[in-house]
Amino acid sequence: MTHAGGYIADARIRAAEWLPWVFAALCYFAAPSYLTLGSYILTMIIFALSLDLILGYGGIITLGHSAYFGTGAYVAGILALRLTGEPLLGLLAGTLGAGLLGLFTGLVILRTRGLALLMLTLAITSLCYEVANRATRLTGGADGLGGFSIRPILGLFSFDMFGKTAYLYCLVILFASWWLVRRLVYSPFGASLTGVRENNVRMHAIGAPVYQRRVVAYTISAALAGLAGALLTQTTQFVGLNVLGFELSGELIVMLVLGGVGRIYGAFVGPLVYLVAQDYLAKRFPEYWYFGIGAMLVLVVMFARGGILGIIDAGIARLRRGS
Amino acid sequence: MGLKLSTIIAAVALAAASGWAAAQTVKIGIITTYSGPTAGQGDQLDKGFKLYLKLNGNKLPPGVKVEPIFRDDTGANPDAAKRIAQELIVRDKVQFLTGVVWTPNAAAIAPLTAEAKVPFVIANAAGWNIPRMSKYVARVSHTLPQSAYPLGKWAAKKFKRVYTVVSDFAPGQEAEDAFIKGFKESGGEIVGSARVPLATTDFIPYMQRVKDAKPDAIFAFNPGGKQATAQMKAYADLGLKKAGIKYIGTGDITADEELQNMGDAALGVITVHHYSAAGDRPANKAFVAAYKKEYGEKMNPGYMAAVAWDAMDLIFHCIREEKGKMDPDKTMEIIRNYKNPDSPRGPIQIDPETRDIVQNEYLREVRKVDGKLANVELEVIETQYKDPWKEFNKPK
Repeated sequence: MTHAGGYIADARIRAAEWLPWVFAALCYFAAPSYLTLGSYILTMIIFALSLDLILGYGGIITLGHSAYFGTGAYVAGILALRLTGEPLLGLLAGTLGAGLLGLFTGLVILRTRGLALLMLTLAITSLCYEVANRATRLTGGADGLGGFSIRPILGLFSFDMFGKTAYLYCLVILFASWWLVRRLVYSPFGASLTGVRENNVRMHAIGAPVYQRRVVAYTISAALAGLAGALLTQTTQFVGLNVLGFELSGELIVMLVLGGVGRIYGAFVGPLVYLVAQDYLAKRFPEYWYFGIGAMLVLVVMFARGGILGIIDAGIARLRRGS
Repeated sequence: MGLKLSTIIAAVALAAASGWAAAQTVKIGIITTYSGPTAGQGDQLDKGFKLYLKLNGNKLPPGVKVEPIFRDDTGANPDAAKRIAQELIVRDKVQFLTGVVWTPNAAAIAPLTAEAKVPFVIANAAGWNIPRMSKYVARVSHTLPQSAYPLGKWAAKKFKRVYTVVSDFAPGQEAEDAFIKGFKESGGEIVGSARVPLATTDFIPYMQRVKDAKPDAIFAFNPGGKQATAQMKAYADLGLKKAGIKYIGTGDITADEELQNMGDAALGVITVHHYSAAGDRPANKAFVAAYKKEYGEKMNPGYMAAVAWDAMDLIFHCIREEKGKMDPDKTMEIIRNYKNPDSPRGPIQIDPETRDIVQNEYLREVRKVDGKLANVELEVIETQYKDPWKEFNKPK
């Protein structure tokens, strides 16, 4: 497997990297009735970023990332129901809760690799799902957790029906997450992660603390997933069991692969294309929309191994050669 | 010249008229389940709605049109359902919401309807307290206590010891509570209770526990569809039927659309419910005939299809009363006073106080009619019956 991403000496933000933000800001004004979907897309981008950090850069294959997303979602939900609906505190709690779970599970499962690791990540998600399903008093079980309200952000901006506040809130949090992930990826730490991914044996040989690096990356990624989960809880003001479901983990990988793995912006493009396509197809063909999604995936896997961004890269390279 | 002027006037008048007509399009947001393991239940709602729209979709005041918008909530998936409802309200500006198989989904949607003032006609989700969450919610389906409580009272006359097995989510817990209350009040003894995770299709371990406890009967609730068949098969395969343990429950466990898949194990199962495809009311015979004509001779409408039909009838009644100029508060007023003496399930009405359904509950037994399994209605066990749980749990 080859990846375009990795350590680059020049970490300055290039002009093209501002494009997504301009686009997101334009969407706010151009599509006011799509802001609910927009907030969901932004949340999923954060979630995809967290996966990209470990899958794309760290080379850790996981099918259980929804465990951390769901933990963040439930921690934020339970906090809002029992103690306080303060949004920033909820985000912090969700992030910390998922980060802690990521640290403890990471310490155990990252001793394995390959298929064994894949199975363990799956097992952790299943465990979390069953716990949430059974602990009805705390989580609401299959009925979900609702009936809480989130206070205005900083006491100023309250959440509205049209999703305006939610959209901008998600956008700000996404910006912060992006900044963090970008700094990490372009740091020496990111370089060593890429090293582990590309040649694990050699990294051991030069004396790099491989296991420790992987645990740290996994913990950060889990915390970021928890942040996304908490954000979903606050913007929808509801937590359902499916946030811990295996389907969500699978869907997330699909989105990331669709966008392009290991290149930060794949995590932006993937969820956007996938969720907009899903929204369109589900509306046009409510009975058969999964067929359209499936066809799209088959095409990407057959013709675009590097995802959508991979196609664009190849196109630009061809243009350059041609001129 | 004169001709030209009149043509222009006519054209303008026509444009104005068509513009006026376009303003009379009533949008109905329909949320049901088309994908995932529980798509069978959603399909029932879909078929009921579409049948009504096909046969009665033109019975509207002149110039008024109806635009149904179907959306998929993918199963018991409350946050997706809430997002879809929000989109239907904000983006499509629907004047009605209806459908919804799952109680968790309806509970997530209900608060939105209060905020947006959109009447929400629940066509299945049975959690008893959902209409209390918003005064824009009305329900045409049922609550579990409505069938489980009278069944409990009836069962106490026949059986001494009963084991209960229900799906572990709000309607299941309510069915369990209501049955046990009715059963114990009339002197029965509960020997054990099991709650099965909502998504399970493996009922063997639970039915084995029932068998070991040797009760006279097992009371069951599951959300219908494939799960109903799976539980019935587990009941037969483990030999509970041979051991003389009677199988009773709410009508969900012998839903008509699944009944033929259950085999002879289902024979003799006693249920209480509001609808059976075998009901011999003329309105029901016409409904079943129309359903078979549309979807095939072998297809039987289940209770969800019948309720979806009634939900659409209620919505069309409101549109006719208001002549297409929908006002949410007026709509709710009409809904509160809705009565239909001739629904496929018999006479129904909306309770003005609770906005929940008032209907007959039938005691039924699975028998063979013309070589096919059918829920044969034995007697009307409760006439024009309100949800008893709202009577026991008055709002403070």
